[in-house]
Amino acid sequence: MSTISRRSFIKTGIAAGSVMLASPKDARPAEVKTLPPDRRGVLVDTTVCIGCRRCEWACKNAHSLPAGDITDYDDESVFANKRRPDDKALTIVNRYEKIGDERFPTNVKIQCMHCEQPACLSACIVGAFKKDDTGAVVWDTDKCIGCRYCMVACPFQIPAFEYEKALDPKIMKCDFCIDRQKNGELPACVEICPAEALTFGKRSELITLAHRKIELFPERYYNKVYGEAEVGGTSWLYLASREFMELGFLKLGTNPAPGVSESIQHGIFAYFVPPIAFYALLGGVMWLNKNRNRGEE
Amino acid sequence: MSGHSNAYPIKAKFLTPTVWGLIILAATAVLIVLARLIFGIGSVTNLSNSTPWGLWIGVDVGAGVALAAGGFTTAAIAHIMNREEFHSIVRPALLTALLGYTFVASSVMIDIGRWYYIWHPLIMWNGNSALFEVGICVMIYLTVLYIEFLPIVTERFIGHVNLPGFLKMLNRPIDKFLRILDRGLNTTMSFFIIAGVVLSCLHQSSLGTLMIIAGPKMHPLWQTPILPLLFLLSAFSVGFPMVIMEAYISAKSFKLRHETEVISKLARFVGPLLGIYFAFKIGDMVIRETFVYLTEFTLASTMFVIELLFGIIIPLRMFLSRSVLKSPLALFIASSLVIFGVLFNRFNNFIIAYNPPFTDARYFPSIYEFLLTIGFIAFEVLLYRACVMIFPVVSKEDHQGRSTKYAIRWKV
Repeated sequence: MSTISRRSFIKTGIAAGSVMLASPKDARPAEVKTLPPDRRGVLVDTTVCIGCRRCEWACKNAHSLPAGDITDYDDESVFANKRRPDDKALTIVNRYEKIGDERFPTNVKIQCMHCEQPACLSACIVGAFKKDDTGAVVWDTDKCIGCRYCMVACPFQIPAFEYEKALDPKIMKCDFCIDRQKNGELPACVEICPAEALTFGKRSELITLAHRKIELFPERYYNKVYGEAEVGGTSWLYLASREFMELGFLKLGTNPAPGVSESIQHGIFAYFVPPIAFYALLGGVMWLNKNRNRGEE
Repeated sequence: MSGHSNAYPIKAKFLTPTVWGLIILAATAVLIVLARLIFGIGSVTNLSNSTPWGLWIGVDVGAGVALAAGGFTTAAIAHIMNREEFHSIVRPALLTALLGYTFVASSVMIDIGRWYYIWHPLIMWNGNSALFEVGICVMIYLTVLYIEFLPIVTERFIGHVNLPGFLKMLNRPIDKFLRILDRGLNTTMSFFIIAGVVLSCLHQSSLGTLMIIAGPKMHPLWQTPILPLLFLLSAFSVGFPMVIMEAYISAKSFKLRHETEVISKLARFVGPLLGIYFAFKIGDMVIRETFVYLTEFTLASTMFVIELLFGIIIPLRMFLSRSVLKSPLALFIASSLVIFGVLFNRFNNFIIAYNPPFTDARYFPSIYEFLLTIGFIAFEVLLYRACVMIFPVVSKEDHQGRSTKYAIRWKV
């Protein structure tokens, strides 16, 4: 038995073939959860935002994070850097100067986009994320094990982790003020915004509104509603005066955020048929080989 | 159809200067684990909100799982293909897999923020999550590995249970229990062996699915929908090289004769397996036209070329050469290259390819992250050494040895 016999080669081939069957080729898309038609959203009009950062203050207060004094937020020196939301600030505002016209910078508020088909929800090992009927994507502290796969998955790089905590570190991100919403209140940032740059409402109506604005003021708006189609749509929507990529927005496709990952997963595990078939096949091969050996003896 | 086990516990001095060195490295890792438990992950790692996964996931978990592939690949060839000549290598490979997965699980516990909730995936399911699949499969497979190892334990202790002092009265019942356990295992072992192979194929591939969801954050040289297949094929090709490398090192360390004959028979499979992996890797690159990224000189392109050249092309050429197949040293070098290649591939997939769109500085592992990873590997080597000295794992030279239903089961 120094060379591989043709028979065992064929068997190896069968085994390899059955593994291949379980590859992405026969993948099916996962079921999409139907979302309620009256789910909420926020339309952020960056052409209106004055960069007062009151939303940052209100957000911290609403989430029991150290907020400091409201006048601290008048300090415009923070605009020197492009900041990101983190575990201590769930929303922040960045300023983008307009080259050649410093009088009219664009201010962009950043927070969780609350995807229609969130990657974090799909990725989470224990299903700690939920897409609420309000549209909010919320995280459940009682389930989370702190693996941070949601952070790997998020296309907008939003979830933050409390790295400094040894016990019960949390995943921190905007929760769309779900508790306030359940009490009939507006999200804290929307409520405080003095310029009314944030419009809260039904997502479907906000999309109509956004397009109407673009139609009425074509010279004011860049003709696109960011979030309408990105990664399959997001609850938060943006209007801007120029190309979104110049304002720190990512160029993302329109495929749902989880991408092909779910299809692959469901392809390999189609009702456990491929693994069980593979098991049966290996069992058969083992049995044949055992009998062959017995015969030779 | 039954024969004698020719595996035996190796007699040697446990503490050598090298072993002392390993103990120091392992002790350092223990200190780092303590620091992480007391002061949090942020105190010992360079992980951040932009780079949530680093060295511990990329190497300890990603590469750890791949490099433990020797366990299921040898089980498949020796038991499912029933090639008796390979039975002598099953036990060492099984032990490596068992220790490897134990350390994968430990690394996961160190890396996740809430280690005390590690059991959550058992009751909180998310079938859409590739990580859930990996987690569940690894947990079950780890159990299967321990069950597969049990016959070695019973073989070691049946007829040798000799407790001191008043515990003496327990000797007979324990012996009896071991014999019953042994008989039970003997009749059910094929079930576990097949389960081990199926579970391995599942999670080795799902480990590749993990990074797919990162979408455009992953460099296109690595981001491909066939990542699961590439991970599986590379796990197939790295299994035997791990066994070969280990056999070489154990032979050197314990001054045993090299098992040249079995090893070169085993090595013959590596060339074709590595060839298939190489073909898919190149095919994927051609179909997705990602070779354009190789024309620019970046960290990613350099790492990709190193991975391909030293991890696949050179060892592939070596394994296809007749003279290499005959030389233990050449086989050791070629196997080490394959192992390096797969380790590098996992490192690249999880770390180099991951480009967060918003970041201040590129992630580079902290000294503590390196020390923990190195310390865990040292720990594993120490335990391996201890286990082969306690349990009958390594076989004596003549493996004409009558065999057996299962190599893990060699009793009369």
